[in-house]
Amino acid sequence: MKKKKEHRINREWCKGCGICVEFCPKEVLVLDEEGKVKVEHPDECISCGLCEMRCPDIAIELV
Amino acid sequence: MAVRDYLRERFMPHIWCPGCGNGIVMNNLIRAIEELGWNKNDIVMVTGIGCSARISGYLDFHTLHTIHGRALAFATGLKLARPELNVIVPMGDGDATAIGGNHLIHAARRNIDIAAIIMNNQIYGMTGGQYSPLSGYGAKATTAPYGNIDQAFDIVELAKASGATFVARTTTYHVKSMIEIFEKALTHKGFSVVEVLTQCPTYYGRKNKIGDAVDLMNYFKDRTVPIGSKKKEQDPSLIERGVFVDEQKPEYCSEYAKVIERASKG
Amino acid sequence: MVEKNIRFVQGNEACVEGALYAGLNFFAGYPITPSTEIAELLSLRLPQKGGKFIQMEDEIASMCAIVGASLTGLKAMTATSGPGFSLKQEAIGYAVMAEIPCVIVNVQRGGPSTGLPTKVSQGDIMQARWGTHGDHAIVALTASNHQDVFKITVEAFNIAETFRTPVILLFDEVVGHMREKLVIPEPGEIPLVERLRTSVPEGTDYHPYLPREDGRLPMSDFGGVHRYNVTGLMHDMWGFPTDNPKVAYGLMRHLIDKIEGHVQDMTHAKEFFLDDAECIFISYGSAARSALHVVENRRARGERLGLLELQTLWPFPADYVRERCEHAKYIIVVEMNMGQVLQEVRKAVDDPEKVFLANSIDGTFITPTKIRNILRVIQGKGV
Repeated sequence: MKKKKEHRINREWCKGCGICVEFCPKEVLVLDEEGKVKVEHPDECISCGLCEMRCPDIAIELV
Repeated sequence: MAVRDYLRERFMPHIWCPGCGNGIVMNNLIRAIEELGWNKNDIVMVTGIGCSARISGYLDFHTLHTIHGRALAFATGLKLARPELNVIVPMGDGDATAIGGNHLIHAARRNIDIAAIIMNNQIYGMTGGQYSPLSGYGAKATTAPYGNIDQAFDIVELAKASGATFVARTTTYHVKSMIEIFEKALTHKGFSVVEVLTQCPTYYGRKNKIGDAVDLMNYFKDRTVPIGSKKKEQDPSLIERGVFVDEQKPEYCSEYAKVIERASKG
Repeated sequence: MVEKNIRFVQGNEACVEGALYAGLNFFAGYPITPSTEIAELLSLRLPQKGGKFIQMEDEIASMCAIVGASLTGLKAMTATSGPGFSLKQEAIGYAVMAEIPCVIVNVQRGGPSTGLPTKVSQGDIMQARWGTHGDHAIVALTASNHQDVFKITVEAFNIAETFRTPVILLFDEVVGHMREKLVIPEPGEIPLVERLRTSVPEGTDYHPYLPREDGRLPMSDFGGVHRYNVTGLMHDMWGFPTDNPKVAYGLMRHLIDKIEGHVQDMTHAKEFFLDDAECIFISYGSAARSALHVVENRRARGERLGLLELQTLWPFPADYVRERCEHAKYIIVVEMNMGQVLQEVRKAVDDPEKVFLANSIDGTFITPTKIRNILRVIQGKGV
């Protein structure tokens, strides 16, 4: 089993485009009231890494 | 090393618009380089002018931000002078195929060991949305208010015909294959061309009523297929992605080393 | 042994010999008359010493390629003529802005446009000065005979390295194609300036665009231990883009002052019979040969003529010209254009009314007879 990873979000760099939110296969992420990405359902995350790879702002890191 | 270790962090966040595909290309180019374990001192990045060209400022390599369209010409001189360096040239579609079209075909013809990455967002973004050689017939742009009557280039066909020995196409949606293709292109000995279909939500998406970054990426997902896909037979308008050419031919700098050998024998 | 160093060559060959003597090891070019022999010869000679030659796809690419090569630490040069010189202008401006040492040879031919490709002209003096856009300073040198072509070519490389700047060599078709004797100096006879490299160790912050106290900027080769940015945008001392007015002002002043502030160091000229001259010819390049012929010829008849042959055209040595021409009754600028240096001389001297032009613009070489005829008109002796 893949080891569970945690999202590290860089709010300074995130421009809130919503790409990670839209394409997350498990709908783990949302945009918060400031329009920045937020981890809403961490338990659903399968650590596929697509959010960090698709982030244009290099604002998501899975560690 | 982590992705951040390749960035000049003091310049982040970058200047690109929210959802701009250039950031996704930068992100995964770093991942490919990290995967290859290259030393940053051995990497030279040469860029021209345009949104895409600003990538060189953010990356902690030897970076040469030059003039519009000429990045490959600067890179050719640099590579021939120091063949042991890894030279990467990211360009936009206007930079690479309009003002820089001549340098693209000739670098390919020479098969000089440079990796050219063309971020094709089908528009001039930096100047505010004018049509490029990749916009295509019928596209809307600030300089094509009645619809574009220019036909588009096919970068893959152009690169193949010009003699590039590695030619591939990917999109910002297909990030995993993007990393794999970048790794192959970077390690390929010879001239490699990677076209990345990249979204410009601000100008292309809006002008052509396709929508935002997500819509454009969905478009890449739905309208592209792997090379040789059955779907393409049914719908020829689909765009193929993958590695089109991967072959070995005499590389320019290696050939020049032979010239030096012949000349020194007198 | 000595005989070995004597050659009978074209001016273009003298330029090649000078460049190789100076340590040229990278050349990029594109065929164009009347400079092509430079490329041809270097394609033969450079690989013999392990240097690199490349024929690029166009003039612009050639200029760009030498900038790229220079950044790795090589002494780099390109050569061209009229139309090619026009095409290179944007990239020359890049070399000015990014402070990249390199040498650009322009063997001048008749213009504008395709003009007179095989005929002589000196019509690119102002283009050398102002060809690229934006305020800037530039260095342009010239010579009238092959020994001087050799020396001034070496000097071009020395200035390029000393001041981290592109240097333009403005030769002309007559000098380029004429054959005469060239004695190649022994190694060490002419001092060479090598690339000044930073002594900042790895891991310590290196500022590629922070001048030392003496104004020089030590470089670090691309591929070395210091990774930095080079751009044509206004930039800070690390080479990163900025539009901060203070930084922009500082960089503009630096780029201009490093050249204009060293006019004296860069002034090269030859003086013939100036001390008691009533009439001074000011000339340069092949035109100066005819001017000298007239001077020597008339001197024998007792006429007090002199010649000031300029080898540095930019930065224009205005103070020097004014001083040397102080006692002249009149000054005649001999050049093959509509008076491009004439304007500079008029600006330089105390009395612009005493400066006249003897020129040729039809593609034919300006002959001593032609100069003599103009001289007679100026002297009031009729045509």
